Amino acid sequence: MDTLLIEGTPKTPTVRFDASKGLVELKGRSIPENSIEFYKPLVDWLESYAKDSKPQTQVNIQLEYFNTSSSKCILDVFKKLEAIQKSNPNSVTINWFYDQDDEDMLEAGQDYESIIRVPFKMMEVAG
Amino acid sequence: MNLDVNQLYVKACGADAFFAFKGEITSERINAILEEIESKLALISSEVRMQKKIYNILVECLQNLYHHSDTVPVDLIGQLGNNYGMVVLKKLDKGFSLKVGNFVSNEKVKFLSEKIEKLNSLSTEALKEMYKFILTYQKLSPKGGGGLGLIDIARKSNHHLEYYFYPYDDTYSFYELDILIV
Repeated sequence: MDTLLIEGTPKTPTVRFDASKGLVELKGRSIPENSIEFYKPLVDWLESYAKDSKPQTQVNIQLEYFNTSSSKCILDVFKKLEAIQKSNPNSVTINWFYDQDDEDMLEAGQDYESIIRVPFKMMEVAG
Repeated sequence: MNLDVNQLYVKACGADAFFAFKGEITSERINAILEEIESKLALISSEVRMQKKIYNILVECLQNLYHHSDTVPVDLIGQLGNNYGMVVLKKLDKGFSLKVGNFVSNEKVKFLSEKIEKLNSLSTEALKEMYKFILTYQKLSPKGGGGLGLIDIARKSNHHLEYYFYPYDDTYSFYELDILIV
């Protein structure tokens, strides 16, 4: 299936979803006024990917900022990954990157970790 | 005499506003405000944690204004425009103060007051649990709001939110939210 590549903007993250590598990446800022429109293709892509996912899917989430509207859409992304993990145990890992000075971003990752049944790795990045 | 929103803005600004804006809140305007405040913050605050906190809270406040500032008393639309909002950021000896304001219909005053009072009554842990509950179970509105904005602001500011409703007429009040970020 096609790789989903979206260039980042000041309000939306860079997206790299690569089925051939089993790689799902979001980087940058996610603060659009209405995030549903932006995230729909991402959720759709994951739904297709789930039908023929790689034995290992690596997820890298490295967000500098995200708003509460995005937070629900990011949860939708994670729910799709949770479904992959459920049908193929131990196949998904979510690496949650946060700046060492950004406790709020670490806490946001921990919030998701407590909701989604996929292992999270908290990855501190030097500021 | 009716409420004078310009007076409220002047009062909010005081003599030492770090950033102040009043006018129409559009997507482009939000971009410009965020860009300006981000570069100004980088110049005066070396503390990345504080810069990020302010930026995050500001994003939520501006987007609340964007989604809700379309309520303007009909007789003021000519003067203020269709999507009027106010944003004032001040640097304090310790931390920052952010004041945001917009008109609301009087029907919402009770709901908003109760919501903020509820948030103010909750512990850090209870706010976290409430955030997670709404994140998990509540659907996004067609506008993209999810009922999480105020909770997120309360969590990140880690301080009681102050609010005022200044009555304008029988239908509208001006709602001002004051956030202390330390």
